[in-house]
Amino acid sequence: MNTTVVAQLQRQFQDYIVSLYQQGFLDNQFSELRKLQDEGTPDFVAEVVSLFFDDCSKLINTMSASLERPDNVDFKQVDSGVHQLKGSSSSVGAQRVKNVCISFKECCHVQNREGCLRCLQQVDYEYKMLKTKLQDLFNLEQQILQAGGTIPQVDIN
Amino acid sequence: MEVCNCIEPQWPADELLMKYQYISDFFIAIAYFSIPLELIYFVKKSAVFPYRWVLVQFGAFIVLCGATHLINLWTFTTHSRTVALVMTTAKVLTAVVSCATALMLVHIIPDLLSVKTRELFLKNKAAELDREMGLIRTQEETGRHVRMLTHEIRSTLDRHTILKTTLVELGRTLALEECALWMPTRTGLELQLSYTLRHQHPVEYTVPIQLPVINQVFGTSRAVKISPNSPVARLRPVSGKYMLGEVVAVRVPLLHLSNFQINDWPELSTKRYALMVLMLPSDSARQWHVHELELVEVVADQVAVALSHAAILEESMRARNLLMEQNVALDLARREAETAIRARNDFLAVMNHEMRTPMHAIIALSSLLQETELTPEQRLMVETILKSSNLLATLMNDVLDLSRLEDGSLQLELGTFNLHTLFREVLNLIKPIAVVKKLPITLNLAPDLPEFVVGDEKRLMQIILNIVGNAVKFSKQGSISVTALVTKSDTRDADFFVVPTGSHFYLRVKVKDSGAGINPQDIPKLFTKFAQTQSLATRSSGGSGLGLAISKRFVNLMEGNIWIESDGLGKGCTAIFDVKLGISERSNESKQSGIPKVPAIPRHSSFTGLKVLVMDENGVSRMVTKGLLVHLGCEVTTVSSNEECLRVVSHEHKVVFMDVCLPGVENYQIALRIHEKFTKQRHQRPLLVALTGNTDKSTKEKCMSFGLDGVLLKPVSLDNMRDVLSDLLERRVLYEGM
Repeated sequence: MNTTVVAQLQRQFQDYIVSLYQQGFLDNQFSELRKLQDEGTPDFVAEVVSLFFDDCSKLINTMSASLERPDNVDFKQVDSGVHQLKGSSSSVGAQRVKNVCISFKECCHVQNREGCLRCLQQVDYEYKMLKTKLQDLFNLEQQILQAGGTIPQVDIN
Repeated sequence: MEVCNCIEPQWPADELLMKYQYISDFFIAIAYFSIPLELIYFVKKSAVFPYRWVLVQFGAFIVLCGATHLINLWTFTTHSRTVALVMTTAKVLTAVVSCATALMLVHIIPDLLSVKTRELFLKNKAAELDREMGLIRTQEETGRHVRMLTHEIRSTLDRHTILKTTLVELGRTLALEECALWMPTRTGLELQLSYTLRHQHPVEYTVPIQLPVINQVFGTSRAVKISPNSPVARLRPVSGKYMLGEVVAVRVPLLHLSNFQINDWPELSTKRYALMVLMLPSDSARQWHVHELELVEVVADQVAVALSHAAILEESMRARNLLMEQNVALDLARREAETAIRARNDFLAVMNHEMRTPMHAIIALSSLLQETELTPEQRLMVETILKSSNLLATLMNDVLDLSRLEDGSLQLELGTFNLHTLFREVLNLIKPIAVVKKLPITLNLAPDLPEFVVGDEKRLMQIILNIVGNAVKFSKQGSISVTALVTKSDTRDADFFVVPTGSHFYLRVKVKDSGAGINPQDIPKLFTKFAQTQSLATRSSGGSGLGLAISKRFVNLMEGNIWIESDGLGKGCTAIFDVKLGISERSNESKQSGIPKVPAIPRHSSFTGLKVLVMDENGVSRMVTKGLLVHLGCEVTTVSSNEECLRVVSHEHKVVFMDVCLPGVENYQIALRIHEKFTKQRHQRPLLVALTGNTDKSTKEKCMSFGLDGVLLKPVSLDNMRDVLSDLLERRVLYEGM
C-alpha cells in the first residue's frame, strides 16, 4: 500500500470535487447523495447518476423531436419534459443543468421556439460535460480504492 | 117751527151743499167698496201676508162704512121708516166693526212694526255677509297666488332663477310697475341692485346699507311702505309722471349652511338680508291692500326658504364631488400600494432562493479553505471573509424574517424544550465576548421557573441572544445581569393583563447592563427598524438596527411585551420582556433539539423495518428518495403513478411520501382517496407527506386542505429526513417551517 500515492490521489480527488462544486457543476445535493452511499450500497451514487444521464438523453431526444417542426410545436410536451429534467437534476445536484432547465421553462412559457432550441442545446452540452466530469471523478475513486485507500468525505456544508 | 137757542140758527137744506154732499157720499161709497175688492185681490195674490183675518175685518169695516154712506144717500130727502131702520142697522154694525178693528189694530200695529225692524236687520246682515264674502274671496285669491308663486319659486334650485322668478311672478300677480331686488355686497356695507323686472339698470348701482329707510325695513319682518323718493325706490330716471305709485319694501333673509348649525335655529343671530322693492303703477291711484302686503311677506319668506335649499344643495354637491375625488385618489393609492406589495413579494421570492445559494457557497468554501494549510496572513483574510459572510447571511435572514413577520406569514414553531438549558446556552455563547470585554455576566433563574416548557425555542433564543448581545455590545465596563422569573399581574402596561392560565405562564426576562444608557427620548425609536441612536459609542459597533425590531415582533407573536427602561445617558439600562409559554406535562422527558445541531446520531435508529411507500413519477428523484430512506433503515416500496400508489398502499405502510411537483391537483387528490380507503378499513392510515420544490404558504395550505400530514422541501438532506421522520412518528403531524 503506497500511502503517498494514496494521499496524492486523495488530494487530487478532493481538489477535483471541490473544483466541481466551485464551478457550479454540482451543488449540496450531490454531497447528500454521497452520504447515502455506505457498505450496503457501494454504488449508489454511480447508479443514480447513470440513471440520470439516461433520463437526460431520452428526454432531450423527445424534446428535440417536438421542437423540430417550426409550425406545430407541442409546448406542453416540451414543458413537461423540462419539468422532469429539472426535477431529476435537482435530485442529483446537477446544478448547471438545473439552472438551464429554469430558463428553458421560461422559454416554454412564452412559447419561444428559438429560445427553446437554444436551451435544449445548452442542456445537451451541460449534461454531457457533467457526464465526462463525473466519469473522471469515478475513475479517481476507483484508483483510490484499487490503491487500497478510502474515499475522503468532502463536506461542503 | 120753534125757535131754538142753538148756537147757530137752523139752516134750511141748501140745494148746492146737498148736491155736493150727495156726490161725495157716492164716491166715498164707491171707494169704500172698491178698496176691499182690491184688498181681496192682493191677499189672494200674496200668500205670505200673515194677517188675513185683519184684512177681512178691515174689509168688513170698510164695506159697512161704505154701506152707511150709501144709505145716507137716501136720507137726504124724506125717507121712510125702513130706510131709517136699515140706516140704523148699518150704522150699528159699522160701529161694532170699527171698534173691533180699532181694538185689533192696537194689537197688531206693534207686530207690524217689529216686522219692519226685522226686515231692516236682515238687510244689514245680508250686506255684512256680502262684505265678508268679498273678503274671503280676495283671501282665497291671494292664497292661490301665493301657492302658484311658491310653486314657481320652489321648482328650481338655482339661486338666480329663484330670485328672477319671484320678481316676475310677483309683478304679474300684483300687476306691478316695477320690482327690484337689492343684494348685499361681499363686504356687507352696501346693497347692490341685482335684479329688476323691467328696466335696465346701471351696472354696480349700489346704495349704502346704513340708510334709515333700509334699517327700518330690515328691522321688521313685515312689508313696509316706503316713500317713492327714497334711494332704493328711485330706479329709473324721473319721467315726468306726476304721481308715482306706492312703494313697498320687504326684507328677504339670506340663509347659508352655517346658519343651520347654530343652536337657535331658525332664529338667526347674524342676519344678512336682501331688499325687495315693489312699486305699484304710477297714476293708477291704486293702493296697497292688506292682503297684498300679506302676500308679499309670505313670498319673501318662501324665497328665503328656497334660497336656503339652494345653498344646502350647493354645499352637498360640493361635498359629494370632493368625496368622489378623494375616493378616486384613495383607489389609486390602494392600487399603487398593492402593486408595491406585489413587487416586494416577487423580489423576496427571488431573494429567498437565489441569494441564499451563493451565500452558502461562499460560507462553505471559506470554511473549507480554513481547514487547509494557510499562511497567517491568508488565515486572517479567510477569517475575515468568513465573518463578513456570516454577518451577511444573518442580515439576509433577518431581513427575510422581518418581512415574513410583517406579512404575518411567520408562524411559531412550538416544541418542548428545557428553559434552564436555553439560558445557559445563551450565556455560553455570549461568554467569550463578555470575557474579552471583562464584563461579568450573572444569571438568576427564579426557583419557580418551570424547567420544561412549550414554545418556539429557536426564536426565544434569538430574542434573548439579541438583548444580551446588545447589553454586552453597548457596555464598556461594569456588569450584566440576566434575571428570569415567572411574572404575576403587576406589569408595566395598564391594559396588558398577565393572567397565567392553567397550562401557560408568562416568562419575564430582565437584562440589566451598566453601559452607555439611553436617552429617555430615544426609547420609542429603539424598536423601529433601521433606526439607530447616533451616539459615538454605538457608531463604532456594528449592527443593522434590525435586531430589536425583530425581537419585538417575535415577542408580540408570543403574546408578550417588551420594553426598555433607562435612567439616562451613562446610567445603564434594563431591557425587560414578557412572553407566554406553555408548561410541558412531560417534564421528565427532555427533547434533543437543534441548538446547536447535535451531530451524528447513529444511522439505523428507530426506523429499522419502518415500512414506507414512495410515489414519484421522476425515476431519478424516486431513486434518490429511496436511497435516503434505505440509508435510514426503512423498508421502502416505490411506485411511479397515482393509481399504482392506491393499489399498493396498505395498512402496513406507516408513511407515504408523494411527490407533488407537477402543477394541478391530481397529486393531491390521491391523498383524499387514501383517506377514503382507510376510513372504510378501520386500520390506522399511513401518514401522508408531500415532497415539493415549492415552499410557499399556498402550497402548505393546499396540502393541509387535502389532508396531508406534512410537507417537505426537495431536495431533502439526510439529517433533515431523519429529524422529520422522528418528529412525524412522534407527533403524527409536521408542518415544518421552510
